[in-house]
Amino acid sequence: MSAAIRDPRVRAGVAAIAVIVALIGGAFIGLAVEGAADFARALSAFDAYYVRVAIFTLWQAALSTLLSVAPAILVARALSRHPAFTGRGLVLRLFALPLALPAIVAALGILALLGRAGYFAGLLSWLLGGDWPGIYGLSGILVAHVFFNLPLATRLFLEALGTVPTDQWRLASQLGMGVAPSFRLIEWPVLRSALPAVAGLVFMLCVTSFTIVLTLGGGPAATTLEVAIYQALRFDFDPARAVALTFGQIVLTVASIWLLSRLGADPVRDANLGVAPPRRFVTVQATERAINIAVIVVAALFVVGPIASIIVSGLASDLAGLASQASVQRASLTSLGFGASSALIAVLLSLALVAMRRALETMRRSRRRSLLEYAADTGAGFVLVVPPIVIGAGWFILGRHVGDVFLLAPFMVVSVNAIMAMPFVVRAIRPAHDAAAERHDRLAASLGIAGWNRFRLIDWPSIRRPLLTGFAFAMALSLGDLGVIALFGSDAVKTLPFLLLERMGSYRTSDAAGLALLIAALCLGLMAVADWSGKERA
Amino acid sequence: MRALCIAILAALAAASPANAAETLTVYTYESFTAEWGPGPQVEKAFEAECGCDLKFVSVADGVALLNRVKLEGQSTKADIVLGLDTNLTADAKASGLFAPAGIDQSALAVPGGWSDDVFVPFDYGYFAVVYDTEKVSAPPKSLAELVEGDPKIKIVIEDPRTSTPGLGLVLWVKAVYGDRAADAWAKLKRRVLTVTPGWSEAYGLFTKGEAQMVLSYTTSPAYHIIAESTERYQAAAFSDGHYLQVEVAGMTVNGAKNPLSQKFLAFMTSPAFQDVIPETNWMFPAAKTGKPLNPAFDRMVKPAKTLIFSPEEVAHNRQAWVDEWLKAMSE
Repeated sequence: MSAAIRDPRVRAGVAAIAVIVALIGGAFIGLAVEGAADFARALSAFDAYYVRVAIFTLWQAALSTLLSVAPAILVARALSRHPAFTGRGLVLRLFALPLALPAIVAALGILALLGRAGYFAGLLSWLLGGDWPGIYGLSGILVAHVFFNLPLATRLFLEALGTVPTDQWRLASQLGMGVAPSFRLIEWPVLRSALPAVAGLVFMLCVTSFTIVLTLGGGPAATTLEVAIYQALRFDFDPARAVALTFGQIVLTVASIWLLSRLGADPVRDANLGVAPPRRFVTVQATERAINIAVIVVAALFVVGPIASIIVSGLASDLAGLASQASVQRASLTSLGFGASSALIAVLLSLALVAMRRALETMRRSRRRSLLEYAADTGAGFVLVVPPIVIGAGWFILGRHVGDVFLLAPFMVVSVNAIMAMPFVVRAIRPAHDAAAERHDRLAASLGIAGWNRFRLIDWPSIRRPLLTGFAFAMALSLGDLGVIALFGSDAVKTLPFLLLERMGSYRTSDAAGLALLIAALCLGLMAVADWSGKERA
Repeated sequence: MRALCIAILAALAAASPANAAETLTVYTYESFTAEWGPGPQVEKAFEAECGCDLKFVSVADGVALLNRVKLEGQSTKADIVLGLDTNLTADAKASGLFAPAGIDQSALAVPGGWSDDVFVPFDYGYFAVVYDTEKVSAPPKSLAELVEGDPKIKIVIEDPRTSTPGLGLVLWVKAVYGDRAADAWAKLKRRVLTVTPGWSEAYGLFTKGEAQMVLSYTTSPAYHIIAESTERYQAAAFSDGHYLQVEVAGMTVNGAKNPLSQKFLAFMTSPAFQDVIPETNWMFPAAKTGKPLNPAFDRMVKPAKTLIFSPEEVAHNRQAWVDEWLKAMSE
């Protein structure tokens, strides 16, 4: 171990872990101190309102999961039955888009489409034979959650269906199996084994959903714990209640994680998949073909709708006028600055962890991993499950004893977003880094190349691209985030999503539409960079 | 390089506290500083008078304003906090963050008179349900009719945890229903389209046509009559009375060290400020104006009865009553 401590890679890794622990630990200290200081008040916050908020949090997550996962099975099956139609690749690409879209942008797209004054309001009013009531509250939350999670679940199920061995299909075809038996005997077993993990993942995402509930909730009847934490701090300024709510959120999250790990899901898994190789053994009857086409078209339209309305309403807004507003320019610079800083930090922290893990792995003699190696490996992934709002709330409560909490805004936004992006960045760079290390370690050792020279000459060329992937991905995540900034944003510090929230709040709809398009374009652009640099070989 | 150093030092010197005394920082609510609000005109008029820089910092609405100042505590940068109302003054005083105004209050004229050495009123109005005459043919004639009415006709209300109109409605319902307030909220809830953090959001939703009614003021229709020459939006007169709101400003303990603070409070009660209020904040002036009110204001609903709790009563019960609201609304 003493040799390990002297290795600079290990030192950097330990420092990275210390940063993460300090950020999360500090938040928990803030919460604990406040809870202890005003214990009676914190305890009295466990009232009927609290129970209702907690129940609503679970209820909306359960409904969202059901509404996302059940149709996803149909869509995935339809897609897998038709492995080679024109536009299939396009549909799959389309289904990857919501993941890259910031939640607030999607919420705006859905409002522009289905809100009381949305594009479809006239049609819906006519269909209902009355005034379309809009989609505030639970219905809005569900639509948005399905928009994000139906495509995700579809892609995961499709991946599962892709694991069915070609032999089984050939056999089914030779036996002349119909739709029902082949579903029962071939498709369903695979789907069923993937179901708990997919449903668990979607449930988890919906339990911790903040932006969607904040923008589409519309009142105390549709409030989740995360939004209630935000309101307790920004509305009431009632830190004791915030502590009580945070406690509830942590309990719920931990319970969900436990459930998830029992179901065998990986909360940080990669939802990207290649287009499955075509199978030629499925013959589809005309009726089924028609149904499948209908399912795919409906699902695609559901996903296209909000995206199209973002583009249409964004282009219809006064983009030039918006670009000339000082507030928009300032928020753009702030967002780009915060995004780039947090991406840089995410990449540095991730690199330190990856390098340390590799160093420890090569140094150890037994098969058992040390705690440190474990922390650098699996442990890093678990930061994802600590809700950013919880970290923000802890620091918010702690910071107010020191002075102006709003001065913490840049620090908080950058660091929390960096840490939240880290698990993804680690995944982007680790395979390339470890492969390169495997290839070069001995040669480098025999030539005596180490330290900075080794990084510059040997490691850098082979991990440059993965680093770019991680950087672009982290920057996109940070740029679109509205979590921490919702707590810490003020007149002094505004990011683009915060400005968008403000413009939405004051019903400057045209401005909001333009801003949403701008954020969407930035994030999708960065995601495209990540995609491109992740795929192409160096 | 040396030139750069000098430039940086100069910039630092310009930002140093030596100049801070020339600046007055006023915390207020969003609709006050909006382009169409009183803020821009007030800023111009006061800056011309004092030769200083007036800086506004805005938050969603009045209650959020108090929370923000409480959150910042002794380290607040606010010299003046403008936009609280009498429902919050007792709470605000208890925080120990405000200093006596120490200005001549003889020019003030608000319903029920004024005697408060810390807070100074700048306008007043009566809460009212404003409705769209093109969509509502039979507006409610009492709070009971609002509560019991058709759930298909929606109202947008403000959140009492952030907004003074929102808190006003909670108190209004309490004043009329007393112990049965929770039941009234359970019924009214069916008509509530959404709860917004501040007045500007709620009114924006209403004028965009998302809801047929909104919680606002008896004076809101004056805006549509004067600025838009339309009678389309009207306030509903309630036979059981309207809740009175007197909006106030106060000087923080920090602000007391800034000589501009007291100057501003005095300016606020002068015609230069009061003239701006009626047709930008769409409220009644709290002191003498330089010119008569637009006659449209005479046509506004005159409350049959004025409802109001004392600041102490509100301070004592606010948390419990807002919690009651929260419980009823989250059901």
